[in-house]
Amino acid sequence: MLRLAPALTIALLIGPVAAGLIGTLLPAFGYLPALGGTSVSLAAFQALFETPGIWVSLRLSLATGFCASVGALAIVVFFTAAFEGTGLFRLMQRLLSPILAIPHAAAAFGFAFLIAPSGWIFRLLSPWATGFDRPPDLLIIHDTAGIAMTLGLMAKEVPFLFLMVLAALPQTESVRSRHIAASFGYRPVAAWLKTVLPRLYPQIRLPFFAVIAYATSVVDVALILGPTTPAPLAVRLTGWMNDPDLQLRFVAAAGALLQLAASLAAIAFCILIEHLAAGLGRRWLEAGGRGFADKPAAALSGATMAGIAATLGFGLLTIALWSVAGRWTFPNGLPSQLTLDVWAANISGAAAAITTTALTGGTVALVAVTLALACLEGESRRKRKVEHRRLFLLYLPLLVPQVAFLFGLQVLFLSVGLDATVSGVAIAHLTFVLPYVFLALSDPWHAVDPRYADIAASLGAPPARIFWRIRLPIALRAIATAAALGFAVSVAQYLPTLLIGAGRVETVTTEAVALASGGNRPLIGVYATLQMVLPFMGFLAAGLITSLTFRNRRALKATH
Amino acid sequence: MRKSVTAILAAFILQAMPARAAEIDPADWPSVLEAARGQTVYFHAWGGEPRINAYIEWAGEQVLQRYGVTVKQVKVDDTAHVVSRVLAEKAAGKLEGGSVDLVWINGENFASLKKADLLFGPGWANKLPNWKYVDVEGKPTVAVDFTEPTQGLESPWGMAKLVFSYDTARLATPPATLEALADYLDDHPGRFAYPQPPNFHGSTFLKQVLATYIGDFAKLALPVDDATFKGDVAPLFAFLDKLHPKLWHQGRAFPQNAGDLRRMLADGETDIAFTFNPADISAAIEAGELPDTVRTFVLDGGTIGNTHFVAIPFNASAKAGALVLADFLLSPEAQARKQDPKIWGDPTVLAIGKLDPQDRARFDSIDLGIATLKPKELGAVIPEPHASWMTRLEEEWVARYAAQ
Repeated sequence: MLRLAPALTIALLIGPVAAGLIGTLLPAFGYLPALGGTSVSLAAFQALFETPGIWVSLRLSLATGFCASVGALAIVVFFTAAFEGTGLFRLMQRLLSPILAIPHAAAAFGFAFLIAPSGWIFRLLSPWATGFDRPPDLLIIHDTAGIAMTLGLMAKEVPFLFLMVLAALPQTESVRSRHIAASFGYRPVAAWLKTVLPRLYPQIRLPFFAVIAYATSVVDVALILGPTTPAPLAVRLTGWMNDPDLQLRFVAAAGALLQLAASLAAIAFCILIEHLAAGLGRRWLEAGGRGFADKPAAALSGATMAGIAATLGFGLLTIALWSVAGRWTFPNGLPSQLTLDVWAANISGAAAAITTTALTGGTVALVAVTLALACLEGESRRKRKVEHRRLFLLYLPLLVPQVAFLFGLQVLFLSVGLDATVSGVAIAHLTFVLPYVFLALSDPWHAVDPRYADIAASLGAPPARIFWRIRLPIALRAIATAAALGFAVSVAQYLPTLLIGAGRVETVTTEAVALASGGNRPLIGVYATLQMVLPFMGFLAAGLITSLTFRNRRALKATH
Repeated sequence: MRKSVTAILAAFILQAMPARAAEIDPADWPSVLEAARGQTVYFHAWGGEPRINAYIEWAGEQVLQRYGVTVKQVKVDDTAHVVSRVLAEKAAGKLEGGSVDLVWINGENFASLKKADLLFGPGWANKLPNWKYVDVEGKPTVAVDFTEPTQGLESPWGMAKLVFSYDTARLATPPATLEALADYLDDHPGRFAYPQPPNFHGSTFLKQVLATYIGDFAKLALPVDDATFKGDVAPLFAFLDKLHPKLWHQGRAFPQNAGDLRRMLADGETDIAFTFNPADISAAIEAGELPDTVRTFVLDGGTIGNTHFVAIPFNASAKAGALVLADFLLSPEAQARKQDPKIWGDPTVLAIGKLDPQDRARFDSIDLGIATLKPKELGAVIPEPHASWMTRLEEEWVARYAAQ
């Protein structure tokens, strides 16, 4: 049984992606019988490249995605370098973990509600500081260079990369390396960059590439914050896929391949820079310089991290505030009346969506954790440790832009009858949840001292009992956290639920985006708040389970 | 003896079973009602307006009580998704038991489905019992959707007319023509915007400008003539080139839908907005989304108007149920409730003169709302151009303003 687990996992990771890509590849080259495309041709690509503004859209996607990813990495690296081991570091650790659970769309709404000309910041500052009694005509959200979108993406990617760095840090013996380097006279930031970063980077390389792939092909954040004239490539693709002119489906498929090529090119460019940086870095390492702009780096990165935490926190507060706001006219800093009317009117309608979201998320998280445990247990029994963080296969669903393969996947699910069912949606979610659950679970699992298992075996315990009575309880905290993370990822899925679920499967996220097309801020506030609350409850449940199980086990409570 | 009893029993049972392979014939209404009982209709309708969702829920309750048909609204953010859906089902060979039973649709989306043979036919709308009340003479758009004849493949549901809105607290006299609007923006730059085409409302604004400035108006009823297209639309784009630098954000960014426009008016970011539902502003004031000083106006010379419909895809699983729902939505009781701005405010497709006295009284007693123009004040209706104009205008607009 256990031997099947890795094969099943690989099938679930590769299968949907491969099937979806084929389902996109064929229409891109003109073959889609339902629309009359029966011969292979390059017409779709020709139409794609003749679309006005396509190169601007491509450039926007690449520029915003790349800047957001590299910016996020730089912030995380310098922050860790300057503040590892300090109180601020631990504070950020605790603050940023819950933010990871929030869907990108909700965070983007919060950011938009905060910095827009009619947003909270201007309302708090007007009219006493700015003199505005009407919202100013400033192009902040949807600016043509995509700066708002880049900042919004960066703010959401920093917690993710930070958590990846935290997970990998123990392996790099950072504390000892820094102490030794300090004894040689190196300042903290330089010490960290020269000794720890070269060992850390290979561990976070794949998550970083996943971030690049996501940032260059994101749809919901681009819709909320990004430029509109023209929009980034992925947004235009989604528009073509839904256009009433059915012939545009071919162009959309061709565009999806272009998007895939663009994301891969961005990753390839990063690999090129890696080699360059490695060469230059080696020379810098050996040059002997003891400092590296320590004070500016510390100040800037600390301020930026605090700024990100504050922005996200206040953004989410704005969403919650709008959900209970009555009349809230412009220069007022707070709503003139608070009311629970919007909640009362919508909670019963939302009940179905909440139930579906919770059930799907819960099932998917459970299945993902079971599969992950089965694979990991198999590895433990064979005393083989697979470095999951460096396993390319695991990242495949994250490295291929969702928009590139979901249309093909939809057609496949239709033909096997899984379409418009909760099970179909659950399978689609599973593909995206598995990587996160594996990443969250593999290191803590392997960190369990193998000697306990050895002693148990020497006392005559069969492997199954070792698993259930030794390894599982010790790793319970990590398992519960991984399950909560899987639940959060499932809650946040939009395109998979929408396309595979055919509108029959209502989740909180699909409802939020559908209602966002009406521009009703209190309503957006309600659904965005629900989007935040559900993952939080998942993490709360995880924490509760751990505390209850370990209420008489002080040593287990203290670890991790 | 036993054999004949068995034969009689078998014949009795077979006769009592519903004829599953029989086609649904809307002309035989009692059989439609019988087939519909117990069915669940998945009604794919735009879900961005809570008031509309509440109305659909009410309609579902009525239809369940009276006919035993369960209605589930599938909230879509864009009807084109539903077109995608039906197409994907056909691509996968799902010719029966489809996931869409009834869809709220008009214009380009209807033309797409009709052209690709994705609709339930032959024409059924004019066979519905309540069709006799429809104002076919006074509202020609109930049978011609953006110049495409409906041929009974979709049933009319409501009317739409472009009306502009403004806040009387900030603006005393609104501009009466597009020229006057451009002049107003000279003194108050950035206080008007229109949603970005190909959003439906943005495209409608483009059509309004084109209908006002095109040299030969009769051309709009015909498909686009490629030879003369550039010349035909030159005045439209000349006007837009003049207007854009004075728009919100100088035309570098556009709001994405009519809901955004309403929000911008409420926040004070803009002075003038527009909507396709004449009672929308009253409904928004009732719901507290806009201050009660907002009023509506139309332009001299008339504004664009059209009809929106419901249609049944070719592979719907609950065709009988969908017919029953479509017929109920057409009933005087449902239409009157729909027109009440406290509920939704959407104008009716029925001819008041054809109704029974008690139904007529229902309509007469509706309070259209403080910001709704009376039917006589709504002005002339400019009919929708041929669907090809909208497609070409959107492409041209995107190439000029959204591709740099």
